[in-house]
Amino acid sequence: MAAKLLGERIKRKEDPRLIQGRAHYVDDIKLVGMLHLAFVRSPYGHARLTAINTGAARNAPGVVAVFTGEDLKGRLGFVPCAVEMDGLKIPEHPCLAIGEVRYVGEPVAAVVATGRYLAADAAALVEVDYDMLPAVTSMEQALEKGSPLVHESLGDNLAFVAKIEGGDWKSVEADPSLKVIRQRMINQRLGPMAIETRGVIASYSPGEDTLTVWSSTQIPHLLKTHLAILNKMDESRCRVIAPEVGGAFGSKLNVYGEEGVACFASRQLGKPVKWIEGRRENLAGTIHGRDQIDDVEIYAKPDGTVVGLKCFILADLGAYHQFLTPGIPTLTAMMVLGCYNIKNVFVETKGVFTNKMATDAYRGAGRPEATYIIERAMDLVARELGMDPVDVRMKNFPAPGKDIVLPTGVNYDTANYQKTLKKVLKLSGYSKLRKEQVRLRKKGKLLGIGLSTYVEICAMGPSSRMPAGGWESGTVRVEPTGKVTVLTGASPHGQGEETSFAQIVAGELGIPYDDVTVFHGDTAQVPMGIGTFGSRATAVGGSAIYYAAQRIKKKMARIAAHKLEIKPGEVVFADGKLQSKDGSKSVAFTEIVTEAYYARQLPPGVEPGLSELYVFEPPNFTYPFGAHVAVTEIDAQTGEVSLRNYFAVDDCGRILNPMLVDGQVHGGLAQGIGQALWEELIYDENGQLLTGTLMDYAMPRARQFPWFETANTETRTPVNPLGVKGVGEAGTIGSTPALVNSVVDAMSAFGVRHIDMPLKPEKIWVHLKQGAMPGRDAA
Amino acid sequence: MEVVRFTLNGDPVEAGVRAGETLVQTLRERFGLTGTKQGCDLGDCGACTVLFDGEPVLSCLVLAADAEGHSVVTIEGLSNGEELHPVQKAFLDEGAVQCGYCTPGMVLTTTALLDANPDPTEAEIRRALSGNLCRCTGYTKIVRAVRRAAEASRADGRGGE
Repeated sequence: MAAKLLGERIKRKEDPRLIQGRAHYVDDIKLVGMLHLAFVRSPYGHARLTAINTGAARNAPGVVAVFTGEDLKGRLGFVPCAVEMDGLKIPEHPCLAIGEVRYVGEPVAAVVATGRYLAADAAALVEVDYDMLPAVTSMEQALEKGSPLVHESLGDNLAFVAKIEGGDWKSVEADPSLKVIRQRMINQRLGPMAIETRGVIASYSPGEDTLTVWSSTQIPHLLKTHLAILNKMDESRCRVIAPEVGGAFGSKLNVYGEEGVACFASRQLGKPVKWIEGRRENLAGTIHGRDQIDDVEIYAKPDGTVVGLKCFILADLGAYHQFLTPGIPTLTAMMVLGCYNIKNVFVETKGVFTNKMATDAYRGAGRPEATYIIERAMDLVARELGMDPVDVRMKNFPAPGKDIVLPTGVNYDTANYQKTLKKVLKLSGYSKLRKEQVRLRKKGKLLGIGLSTYVEICAMGPSSRMPAGGWESGTVRVEPTGKVTVLTGASPHGQGEETSFAQIVAGELGIPYDDVTVFHGDTAQVPMGIGTFGSRATAVGGSAIYYAAQRIKKKMARIAAHKLEIKPGEVVFADGKLQSKDGSKSVAFTEIVTEAYYARQLPPGVEPGLSELYVFEPPNFTYPFGAHVAVTEIDAQTGEVSLRNYFAVDDCGRILNPMLVDGQVHGGLAQGIGQALWEELIYDENGQLLTGTLMDYAMPRARQFPWFETANTETRTPVNPLGVKGVGEAGTIGSTPALVNSVVDAMSAFGVRHIDMPLKPEKIWVHLKQGAMPGRDAA
Repeated sequence: MEVVRFTLNGDPVEAGVRAGETLVQTLRERFGLTGTKQGCDLGDCGACTVLFDGEPVLSCLVLAADAEGHSVVTIEGLSNGEELHPVQKAFLDEGAVQCGYCTPGMVLTTTALLDANPDPTEAEIRRALSGNLCRCTGYTKIVRAVRRAAEASRADGRGGE
């Protein structure tokens, strides 16, 4: 049974409610007497607040209350940052600005009214006097002496400096035979852009002194703890529910000021208060992703062996820390050597404050940046030495199956990078593509072939390496009727774990898949857990469920053995029965369940009931990997890039449900390709956000993609009992460098060795105009 | 307030609406049909797509008053009781759903496409879906689901002949 269910392409349990419009996201929930919240936000990148006049707003129709930062002072805590790091500067981050605003979109005042649009109308009547201050949006400028300061009290704009150093740089630098290749790479700022914006309902009951919060979040339990602290409430009296969540991609792995204000308003007014973020607010005030300047130096032998890599990372943190802001670029530093056996490393990471929205975890969170650096670097080495990018990669992979510890301190679990690379070369017809490229070039047509062989760090993670715990809880409860309730502390939001976790449990207990229901997201129902992010839900949360099911089995086996007069170790779970190995003795699953609850003939020492909690602490991260090939065509007249084919071979360890894995890969690819080709959040020098709507921010659309051709290899991890590595971020991490490598490959005929993302036509056109393509046949 | 009368998911309905009230607000607030989503309220994302006399429209850009005398179908009106519409069934079978927020709009856009063009090419499918943003799926399985629905509808159509 177990073997049959796991690995099957089983349809999702989530989908019937979703395809019929019957699911409930935050905005679909209505409570009696509910009030609505709207925020007044800063239109300036940096300004002093000299006066806020709320009189007109208070008198507007339907308005119940208006709050400013001064009203909240001492009564509502600061937006939390969970990251601890030596020397890290953590500025106070009030939920509503006090005295000064530091980025466009920063909440300044909150208006509560009887209707959503009444609140919005009244917010427009709040008069705020701003004294403009100089803003700084360039990281390099922010680090210069005399730069405007985002936080005057901190003395400079440098939030932290972190270094990783390993190997023997003296001998590397003394070796004259090494080629040194330098390149600056810019990893632009992105918007996570979940189709459901953020939203929260806070409902305080004065009589019971309880606070219930519905929030579109990835981390209901952590949010509960922090909202209790923020509101100075007894945590036992707080409950957070993540209802259906319409996408997150890291952007809802956070504790936001707006959530704090909604709770505060509800407690003040004794009524439920709802806030639904508008799309423009989402672009300006929900965390952003990426935004690094990476200066890279690669030291390579003439045969293509890369002996050392230096990287100087400038990470734009924005104006304040959100939950994990300063931790994200440290993941870049950890993973910067990619899947290569490079002996010497030096990484210096500087976190820089600027007058922009905070950056934080966006799908991949620091690892796409690392993969971009190392995968572009590999292509630069190939180019410099006149080698094929495949050969450079093969040269630097560690031997398959070899447990390696890199000088960055990471200890990869199990891998076979050669195998995924060979598989994608075959899948894409790589050598044929190279021949086609030569043929087309003679006709003046530009075909690009780009490769990326990535490794990522997933299944976050051992608690010793995590800011707020890396374990996960799983509960399996067999109800008296024999139906099975599964509770996961992970809080999936589109990934499909209601399906895959039911597969695990049904398989283990030998019962029908339809008899298992998975719940998540409600802190009153589900024991404390961490959440869904960092490709951890299945690897860590699924493992907790697996072990909880083992505990149930152990107990049921004891009861069954007592009844069947066999040893507990001989009990097999299959087809709704517990039976002896030879099948000669058996008892119905439901009969043992009844016995567990009626408790009339339990073996001595067995507690009544059938509910087991398991908290799984992973001993290590996992390291999924893969190899991608992007084939692009470039319009030699306009510079427009079109993606002709995309091939991805991913190894995420054991696959529980191929349909779910494909979906994760496809979505990840689209996001990674989006970064390479189109997406970019742009602030001007005054801190104005120029890409503040979906008309300005280039979210990829259906017509921009080809079919994704995907395949897998399965290298199980020893880190967890399922052998699962995680797949949520693979596509995003692997695809961005493959695309850029592809376009640079096409443009190499023009002597181009690097173009920064996004690869918009105008950037390519500039190179096209710089001269005729060498080697082209005369027309 | 003015009274607007229209056909909603096959039934005649009437509602008092404010001047300036958009159709998506009326559907969600007055009729409790929350399957229609508001993703941007600016006509960019497609999550609020409904069928208006069989054509896909962005209900955040349609005034409720303009529904007077017309027929509106939302995601809730697509299935026949517990029996899924072929497009819904195709989305389910292909696993074309992840977080589900864009799904109602995607399903309705697909329904309108297949009504007008029962055998669309891949390019036609992608073009038709380009007003509906999805951040989860990379569109691959959605395009596959549309193909599957088209095949199923055509097979059904032949069966009826």
